[in-house]
Amino acid sequence: MKIDASKPLEYSTEENSNKIFGFWVFLGAEIPLFATLFTVYFVMVNRFASGPSGSELFEIGPVLMETFLLLSSSFTIGLAVHAMRHGYKKAMMVFMAITLVMGLAFVGIEIDEFFTYVHEGATLQTSGFLSSLFILLGTHGLHVSFGLLWGIGIMIQLWKRGITPATANKTFIFSLFWHFLDVVWIFIFSFVYLKGLM
Amino acid sequence: MDLDKFKVHGEPLIYGAMISIALATIGILVGLTYFKKWGYLWREWLTTVDHKKIGIMYILAALLMLFRGGVDAMMMRLQTAAPEMKFLDAQHYNEVFTTHGLIMILFMAMPFIIGLMNVIIPLQIGARDVAFPRLNAVSFWLFFMGAMLLNISFVIGGSPDAGWSAYFPLASLEFSPTVGNNYYSLALQISGIGTLITGVNFIVTILKMRAPGMTLMKMPMFTWSVLITNVIIVFAFPVLTIALAMMMFDRLFGSQFFTMANGGMDMLWANLFWVWGHPEVYIVILPAFGIYSEIIATFSKKNLYGYTSMVFSMLIISLLSFLVWAHHFYTMGQGAMVNSFFSITTMAIAVPTGVKIFNWLFTLRKGRITFTTPMLYTLAFIPIFTIGGVTGVMLAMASADYQYHNTMFLVAHFHYVLIPGAVFAVIAGFHYWFPKVFGFRLNERLGKHAFWWIIISFNVTFFPMFFLGLMGMTRRLYTYSKESGFGPLNMLSFVGAVGLAIGFVILVYNIYWSTRYMPRDTTNDPWDGRTLEWATHSPIPLYNFAIVPKVETRDALWSAKQENIPLYTDTKYTKIHMPSNTGKPFILGVVFFFLGFFLVFSMWIPAIVAGIGILVVLAFMSFDKDQGYYIPVEEVIATEKKLMRGETV
Repeated sequence: MKIDASKPLEYSTEENSNKIFGFWVFLGAEIPLFATLFTVYFVMVNRFASGPSGSELFEIGPVLMETFLLLSSSFTIGLAVHAMRHGYKKAMMVFMAITLVMGLAFVGIEIDEFFTYVHEGATLQTSGFLSSLFILLGTHGLHVSFGLLWGIGIMIQLWKRGITPATANKTFIFSLFWHFLDVVWIFIFSFVYLKGLM
Repeated sequence: MDLDKFKVHGEPLIYGAMISIALATIGILVGLTYFKKWGYLWREWLTTVDHKKIGIMYILAALLMLFRGGVDAMMMRLQTAAPEMKFLDAQHYNEVFTTHGLIMILFMAMPFIIGLMNVIIPLQIGARDVAFPRLNAVSFWLFFMGAMLLNISFVIGGSPDAGWSAYFPLASLEFSPTVGNNYYSLALQISGIGTLITGVNFIVTILKMRAPGMTLMKMPMFTWSVLITNVIIVFAFPVLTIALAMMMFDRLFGSQFFTMANGGMDMLWANLFWVWGHPEVYIVILPAFGIYSEIIATFSKKNLYGYTSMVFSMLIISLLSFLVWAHHFYTMGQGAMVNSFFSITTMAIAVPTGVKIFNWLFTLRKGRITFTTPMLYTLAFIPIFTIGGVTGVMLAMASADYQYHNTMFLVAHFHYVLIPGAVFAVIAGFHYWFPKVFGFRLNERLGKHAFWWIIISFNVTFFPMFFLGLMGMTRRLYTYSKESGFGPLNMLSFVGAVGLAIGFVILVYNIYWSTRYMPRDTTNDPWDGRTLEWATHSPIPLYNFAIVPKVETRDALWSAKQENIPLYTDTKYTKIHMPSNTGKPFILGVVFFFLGFFLVFSMWIPAIVAGIGILVVLAFMSFDKDQGYYIPVEEVIATEKKLMRGETV
């Protein structure tokens, strides 16, 4: 592997820079994916049949907590990448761990929320509105959950192999993914919860 | 467990198919063991990450599917050949037309094109491989396993039967209670993920791995068409992913997306399906335009006329392809304003397409034309595709469409577009690039025999359908009375279908015959080609180019030959980095196949196990330390010497 020392480690080989570009293209595909989910949700938002509507269901408390956790974790993954560029392996691992713990807490609150909804009789089967709500939130939540496993995998590799062009590249791509999930969440927070609560 | 749900009842044809599948499988297994080919199969094919071999596997799978879809077509034509036929019953006919459409579009046309682009694109841009070789293998195995999942449906559990567009509420559990549409949602999902990965892979390959000097506007036209196609894939396939997921949730978990009660909305499916489905049409047709552009330029010995307008017309087509989806359901009550909008955008596509047609004609003008088999398909494409296009404009008029909608006129139209637009193109491309991959040409005499059978029979099969449609015969009609008067034209159509089948059999026989008897090609450039793929040896060495070529003009090899612009300015060989083979993509595909199968039959615990299995394989792929290997300089020089066949290095 030819390593270009003038570039940051995550970009230092041709393969690495291709991977980062490829991941941006993949995120390009994630945009229509979530756009479709939002469109479906907006079509369905008033079709709650005999089930509850958004304003009856949503509570601001847990949602604010989720928002706080996810937005902060986007900051800490940024710190992890910053530490990586300085070669501070330990700090990098700590920031990644904080990121993943906050991500885990986010998923935990979301699962609890789902249980609450189902307990209140608002299930996937109840109405078109709820089906689309669950699939939109669920797809985002599944992304976060997948990110948790992915992040753990990268941390193990960092711990065993140190900061190399390969692990730096993986961490950087993971951070792009994590920021993207944050952006999607901002849309969910604004157009699903805040709008639904009005 | 209820074994009964795996059974398909009552059709002697299907029992016959079961027995033949079982015998063929046993035959393959015994043959592999007897000839001790298991190791060869695993090392050379199942674990390969070489774009050329992956491309060949795509094309082989596509040819297989061509015959599967072709048999479906023959059964349909036979069933409707005469009034009151008793060959298939209504249910079986529904299953046959559904799988015919699905297989021909998604498991024949698209993989055939992806196969050609796998083989050719890295060569055309002077690259040693695609950007992500392992992901490329993942793409292939996901496509292949998806295709197999759909194919076993007709012997295990029952095929999908709600049409290839699977409109709700017909495709819902209530009206299609068999597992057929579960297969639909999962098989398409799995192969669709593979296609999306291909899209990402090739965008990066084309944008980042071109030979030095090859600016975007110096790329060969096929490369341009593939780049635009992959952009369409990346934007269109996520919509399908979501639509299929919602379909699966509706059918397996009772969600209410497309139901008629509880706030569901059946039209949502129609919209989502065609938001993906219409661009899909251009995913198969734009690369075909690229293939024809290459062939016309090569066999007219002229530069492609209007290169820039060709590129821009493809860009415009790709944009418009996302703005026309509702023309698929003018008659479903969406109002005059909406219909008008989609009518105008649809007709607008005729403009850039017309530009391309005229560019091809101007390229031919005053060219020194040689009538080889690929050129014949190209020349036949132009008038036949124009008929398809003009009837398309007829259908695009919303008000007139109320007359044609869902008749055989529509069936004739899209076969007149898709067969010349995709099938002739892949056959032409197959003949054109065959000597590059295998080192010998296909027999021209047999090729032309097949060509005439296919071209004439195609028109005999599909032209009568325009009249049948105008007479009022609806599509997907499984039988009709004598008084309807549909009999004679349908019989003509059946005769044409037999002719088409004969043509395709000759085509395959040609591959067999040529493999045995055609003289090996020693020139590496049998057609006097223009682009970089002809600048390396045939068959192609593992590393494609021993020395990376430098590009200064559009048709780099042609300029090298005509104006003596050197392609290879470096003269020193160096060691070459290559990715190592890996079995993980294949294993991933197999696990996906099982996940799909278990979900089809709602077997939750095995499905969860398979789902975890996928995560495990992904983790193994992530932890893989393999950085590939280097081919040493001596080996490069030795290979080059051998392939030069006596010429000096």
